[in-house]
Formats: sequence, structure tokens, C-alpha cells
Amino acid sequence: MDILHAVRASGITRCFGDVVALDSVDLDVTQGQIHGLVGPNGAGKTTLLGLLLGLAVPDGGRLEILGTPVERTLAVPDGVAGFVDAPGLYPSLTARQNLAALAGLRGQDARTAGIDDVLDEVGLTDVADDRTRGFSLGMRQRLGLAAALLTRPRLLVLDEPANGLDPAGKRHVHRVLNRLAAEGTSVVLSSHHMDDLEALCAEVTILDTGRVVFSGPLNKLAAENRELDYRLRTSDPQAARRQADGTAGVVRIVDGAPQDSEVLVVRALVPALDELVAGLVRSGVAVRELAPVVSPLEAAFLALTERRENGR
Amino acid sequence: MTVTVTEPAAPVTRRVPVSRGYRFELVKLVSQWRIRLLVLACWIAPALFVVGVGQQSTLPSDTLFGRWMLATGWAGPLVVLGFAGTWALPLLTSVVAGDVFASEDRLGTWRHLLVAVRSPRRIFVAKALASLTVILLLVAGLVCSSTAGGLLAVGNRPLVGLDGHLLAPGDAAGRVLFAWVCALAPTLALAAIGLLGSVALGRSPMGLLLPPLVALAMQVAQMLPLPVAVRLALPGYAFISWNGLFTDPVQLAPLLTGVTVSLVWAVLATTLAYLLFVRRDFTNPAYDGSGRRAFTVGLLPLAGLTGLTVAVVAVATPSTGSGIDQDKVQRSLATAFAHLYRMQTGQLHRPAVTEAQLRTTTACTKSDGQAAQEGPGNDWRCVVTWHLPGVAVTGTAVYQLDIGPDGRYVADGDGPKEVNGYFLVRTSTGDTPNPLWQFDGNVDLLGTTSKG
Repeated sequence: MDILHAVRASGITRCFGDVVALDSVDLDVTQGQIHGLVGPNGAGKTTLLGLLLGLAVPDGGRLEILGTPVERTLAVPDGVAGFVDAPGLYPSLTARQNLAALAGLRGQDARTAGIDDVLDEVGLTDVADDRTRGFSLGMRQRLGLAAALLTRPRLLVLDEPANGLDPAGKRHVHRVLNRLAAEGTSVVLSSHHMDDLEALCAEVTILDTGRVVFSGPLNKLAAENRELDYRLRTSDPQAARRQADGTAGVVRIVDGAPQDSEVLVVRALVPALDELVAGLVRSGVAVRELAPVVSPLEAAFLALTERRENGR
Repeated sequence: MTVTVTEPAAPVTRRVPVSRGYRFELVKLVSQWRIRLLVLACWIAPALFVVGVGQQSTLPSDTLFGRWMLATGWAGPLVVLGFAGTWALPLLTSVVAGDVFASEDRLGTWRHLLVAVRSPRRIFVAKALASLTVILLLVAGLVCSSTAGGLLAVGNRPLVGLDGHLLAPGDAAGRVLFAWVCALAPTLALAAIGLLGSVALGRSPMGLLLPPLVALAMQVAQMLPLPVAVRLALPGYAFISWNGLFTDPVQLAPLLTGVTVSLVWAVLATTLAYLLFVRRDFTNPAYDGSGRRAFTVGLLPLAGLTGLTVAVVAVATPSTGSGIDQDKVQRSLATAFAHLYRMQTGQLHRPAVTEAQLRTTTACTKSDGQAAQEGPGNDWRCVVTWHLPGVAVTGTAVYQLDIGPDGRYVADGDGPKEVNGYFLVRTSTGDTPNPLWQFDGNVDLLGTTSKG
């Protein structure tokens, strides 16, 4: 019995001169999984993604991609696609020409390479014949994804694919990534957009100054987390305040609370929050809105990275 | 939960063949509006220029062969070649080769390209070949356009060489084409320097400026009174040495030396660019040009090559100093005068005379004999003497010579007016200035001096 891994990295280190960009990083990504990379700027996300694309080899540790050990630069096996920093597009070419040139580079016939299909999938059919010089960041990101799709990847590596995307663009990208994962393609993506990661990823790895501070399923991250702040809107704000003050383990946050008098912000663990809601219902107060002020992933990310910062 | 899967066949790493990379690079280059504009300009502008000059009464006589532009269509491509060697070719190579690597830095596409091609070596070869192709296309445009313009506007007529002898149209065509082929060597050297600058300096505009700057430096050097060994050891000399193709006999030694030096520069600069490129760390986010390595790997070997070439040329060639001395000047002027006198005789419908019958001799002095009788300058004064069959009196004419450090000179007739003054000669193709009034000549810098 075995689980097929698209990426197996253990003890990866990578240095630029005196700067340690990655320090004993472990990363496992299974087939068909969307794995998120989170971390503050300079945490080593792009360096790690570069290693997965074969742009460099680790200075130490072992890296295996699609079952093949990577020991030389640019020696990753076929089936790996994606981009780091930003998609590589040529502004003097149209979207279609960019993809056709890439298809030609791989020996594919531009007419049968499926260019129209991938353009349609990322929602760029209408601008297929426009030069990419005038493309917005979001359109460039989507075209970069289309370029990666042309290769029919088994491992897709994306650096901040949600940057600059409008809601429609985001929906296109999410749909594509979910479809790929369902078909068995593994996806490793970095992002600062926690809502995207929560919507897409089964597992995340949080990096801070080149080290892994968390790696695992999102629900494990939420369970490991401490108290969260929640927005609470009810039919009777006064009664709700009294109930919150009277519930053990619930702290009402006054500073930074919204001006809206119908909303209060409370800080609590999940069991205490459950107790508060039950109390409100018993008192005949209708709960109209209950949501975390920041997502569990973002809260965990901030907590984990701030803890390290304070520990320095 | 665990999942049982069948292990697929081991994935392979396929690198993109150079031919596909070459096509990819060519598509990128040709899609740029400035490259398209250059191609258009190179294929149209020379013809327009040559045709336009053909409609004027004033000719660009300060450019070599410019004074013959109304006499033959073959002068047009040579005038364009002279201009191209000075300005056009350095600029063309800088726009194409000087930007071919830097553009990827500017666009931030290196990582994308590496992931797609998976071989820096193949990327380098593809880029170098693609830029070479575009440069050749541009040069071909200059040749074809200027030749077509000249032949259409003026006609396929004999060309007067730099020693005054007439080249039949077929012979002129061959030499014009060969002159352009020779000029490809320094063009390749500049292109290689462009590649080196583009690789070494990344997105810095200095990479783009390198070929024109080097070309400018070479031109300035050629204008200085440098020893002939240094002059010939510079890669830009081949932009001048083609002049020797238009003398009889052909001045082969400077031509071959210039072409060889240029080709060695092209090979060395390309190799250095390659070494810098394949050693580059494409993952380092702080990279912005190779900096110190560019100096040690790029600049020092080229400086070393210059020193070595100077030494080799100095040992291998007979000429010392400027390569211009009294004897060479006298011989060159006497030859040119004799050829042109014979031509003038024909144009004026006088009894035919041969160069041998004229027994032309020349006595030249520099600075009225007050200075060393060698070197470039506009203070050369020559008295030409010749004989006519059946005439007892010896003819004499005076010329002021302005000799450049590269050996090219302009002879300006200083009397008597009937021989070398300004007057128009009616020919079958129209009125032309007296061929003995002002003419271009060339001193062979590597020629041997025969005293007495």
C-alpha cells in the first residue's frame, strides 16, 4: 500500500551567499492534491517553487518530483509546469501567439495543441487575439495558467496565481485548479490570499524565514489554533452583549469593534462560542450573522509567524 | 486511508531541440515593431537614398565613391557600405544582438523560458542564431536595396576604382558583393560584443549601447595617428579594409588581416558571452548583471586579445609606424593619375594613350619638406609629371593631398586648370566633372616601399 507523491522533499536547504533561503524544509504533496504555501515576504516560498520547477537544485536535502530524484538544474521530469514570480509572456505577441509559440517550442502543432480550449477555460477567449502588452495583471496570470495547461501537467506550480484577479477571474482559476486536482494533477501554489487557499487547498505549509512552521491539513491548523475573534449580529444587541458578558470563556472586544451598534465582536474558543449561541437562542435572540473576523488560516498564519518574531 | 496506485512509467526529461528554440526566438524578434521597422528601412531606405542622390547635382564626394554616383550604379552600394560601417551596422547589431538577452531580463521571462526549454546552452545557441539571422536579413536588405536603386537610377556601367582604373560592370558587381561580405566580419564582431553586453549587463541600457560605443571607439581609434599594427589589430578595421578591393592589384593583406581579426573577436566575444550565460544563477532574485565577473570574464580577455593581435600583426607585417610614407604616396598618386588621365583623354575625344606611354612620375613632399616625409595629413603636395607620345614637352600638374590615417586620400587638383582644374566633360551619359580635378585614392598601409 502506497500513496503516490508528486513531490517529496526532505531536509531541503538552499542558500544565496550568506542568506539561507530554505532551511531543512520538508514537503509532501500527494497526487491530485492542491497544496498551499503560505508565508510572509522573504519566507522562501518562491525559492521553494523554483526548486519544484527545476530552476535550481537544493544545496542540501533530497528532492523527488513525480518519482524522479532531482539532482541537476532543469532536470525535473516532463509533466511539471507553472511559473514563479509572474507568468513569462511576450508583450509583442497576442495571447494566442504566446501559446502557439510555446506549443511550437514543445513540437506541438499550434492548430491541434488545444489553444482555444485552454483560453476558453481561463476565460480569455475574447482577448485571444489582443497583444498581451495591454493585459492587466489578472489577465496575465490567467494566460500564464493557460500556458501551463497546454502541457497537460501532472504537477502544477503556481506563484501567487490569484494576484490581480477580479471575482470572475478568480472563479475561472478556482474551477480550473479544482478540475485538474480531480483529474489527478497535483498543484502547489503560494498565495497571500487566505480565502483562496482555504477554498482550494486540502493542506498548507506555512513558511517563515526559510523554515516550516506548520504543515498539514487546514482543519488541523484550525484545531491547533487558539481563540478567534467573531463578528456577531443579532436581533437584540443589548441582550447579546449581556449574554456574551455572562458566558464563560467569551470576551467582548470593545477596541476596534465596528461602529455599527447592532454588531459586536467576541473572542472565544469554539466550545465557548457554541455556549454563547445556545444562550442567545434560549433567550429568544435571533442570530443573524456569525463569522470570524479573520479566517482561521490567516489567524493561524499571523499567530505562528508572530510567535517566531517575538521569540527572536 | 491509503490508496493503491499503479506506478506509471518513469517520467523523462525532454529538452527542446535547438531548431525549435531558434524558431521561437525568431518569432519573438520578428514580432517586435522596431525589428520590423528596421527590416523595412534596410530594404527600402538605401534604394530611396541612391535614387534620390541620382537626382541631385551635388554628390556626397566626402564619402568614398560618392563622386561616382552619377557615373555608375555600382557606386551606390559602396557609398551605403561606407555609411553602414560607420553608423548603420553598429546600430543594427545593438538593437538586435545587444537586446536579445536583456529583453528577457526586462520582461522577467527567463524562468519561464528555462522551464520551457530546460537548457541554457540551447537557449544561448537559439538566441545567437536568431539574432544572426535577423542581422543577415538587415544586411541583405542594405545590399539588395542600394544595388537595385543604383542600377535602376543610374545603370550598370563601369566603376572607377580607387587607383583610377576602370572596372567592367561584371567585375564591379563581384567586388561590390565581396566588399559587403568582408564587412560582415566586423558586423559579426559587433554582434558578438552586443551578445556579450546583453548577457553581462542584464537589463541595463549599457548592454544595448555597447556595440555603438565600441564601434565609435574603433572609429576614433582609426582617426588617430596610431601605428599600423595597432590599427589593423582592431576589429573595426575591416570596415575600411574593403577599400583595397578596388585597386589593381587588390590590397589583400590589410583586407585579410582585418577580416581575420574581426572573426577572432566575434568567436571570442561569443564564447565569453556563452560562458557568462551558462554560469548565471537564474534563481537569485538579486541578480542584475554579472558585475565583476563581466569585467574579468568579458573585458579582460578582449583586452588581452587586442594586445596579442597587435603583437602578431607587428611581427607579421612589413610596415612600421603609420604605414604611409613618401614612396607609397608617390606610387599611388602616379598610378591613379595615369589611369584617370587615360580616361579623361577618352572623354575629351583626344588621341588614345596608354598608362605605359604616359610614364607618369610623381614627386611629393609633406609640409614643404620641413617635417618627416611620412604619415597622414593634409599638407602633402605632389607634382605629377607625364609624357605624351610625339610631344617633346613634359606635362606637369600639382595636387594637394589630404591623407587620412587609414591611408585613404583625396587628391585636389591645383593646376594647370586645363589638366586638373574644374570643368565639365560631356560624356555619353551626361556632363561630369573633370576626372582629374578631384579624386579618391588609397595608400596600401602594408605595401612595401621600393626606394629608387
